Amino acid sequence: MSVGILGTKLGMTQVFDESGKAIPVTVIQAGPCTVTQVKTKETDGYTAVQVGFKAVTQKALSKPELGHLAKSNASPVRHLREYRLEGAGEFELGQQITVDQFAAGQTVDVIGTSIGRGFAGYQKRHNFKRGPMAHGSKNHRLPGSTGAGTTPGRVYPGKRMAGQLGNSRVTVRKLTVVRVDAERNLLLIKGAVPGKPGALVNVLPAKIVGR
Amino acid sequence: MNAQEIIRSIEAEQMKSNLPIIYVGDTVKVGVIIQEGGKERTQPYEGVVIAKRGSGINQNITVRRVFQGVGVERVFLLHSPRIESIKVLRRGKARRAKLYYLRNRVGKATRLKQRFDRAL
Repeated sequence: MSVGILGTKLGMTQVFDESGKAIPVTVIQAGPCTVTQVKTKETDGYTAVQVGFKAVTQKALSKPELGHLAKSNASPVRHLREYRLEGAGEFELGQQITVDQFAAGQTVDVIGTSIGRGFAGYQKRHNFKRGPMAHGSKNHRLPGSTGAGTTPGRVYPGKRMAGQLGNSRVTVRKLTVVRVDAERNLLLIKGAVPGKPGALVNVLPAKIVGR
Repeated sequence: MNAQEIIRSIEAEQMKSNLPIIYVGDTVKVGVIIQEGGKERTQPYEGVVIAKRGSGINQNITVRRVFQGVGVERVFLLHSPRIESIKVLRRGKARRAKLYYLRNRVGKATRLKQRFDRAL
């Protein structure tokens, strides 16, 4: 795994490719991120690079946070994220990470927080069918059976029920970078990414599993 | 620059500035670029605009024509590079925004009155 970049989702639009096809893209304003800590095997037990994103005023952070950032001479930042990688030693404190490391056509994984929908019922959360709305039926949005009776005498773990929907960490894998605008720190990524416009997203080179 | 301005500027790069003003009910001729065995050529498509949809870069029109007795409707993304040209041939008089009722009509009943107060 190599180092990724943090950014803000700006919204979606479409662009046309060479053949004139309209491609849906998400516009992400990513970086520049500052390297705030380099973790090594000797000091931390594993190797990783910590980066910071989104400048804030000094008073927005606590003294311990400012003290941590002072080690790398970084300006106050809101978000800190870590990337585990083998060659962490190549990175220096205070180094800038920009969208330049991505190229058009590359595949990336995007991590974000999905839109929160609160406590949602069976239909919205798990796409259950609803009961009849009329003809004397009172079973409108009920779950139906939750399993067998005396044996096993309990509801199996993992049974789909009502509860919190969304507002959870979601990774969308293998999205294609359509365009990189280094001047304005923009990434145009094909397809949708989690969260609303303004949400923090984490873009990293695609993790290819297997083979 | 805020999010909306950035997205608008990305869209502005690709939008056409020379599009004619199209109204619902107009008869238009659309030049569509099609791929034919590695070669590109422009194919004209003529018909009545029965619906307009979207705004900005996503603006599109639905054009209906009756071809060999079969109704054909095509949706054109106006700002797409595949649309080479659009020409308004005739301004039609329509009293509603979507002329879906034309689908249920055949022959003479599908005609729209021409209007002359709008320039071509």
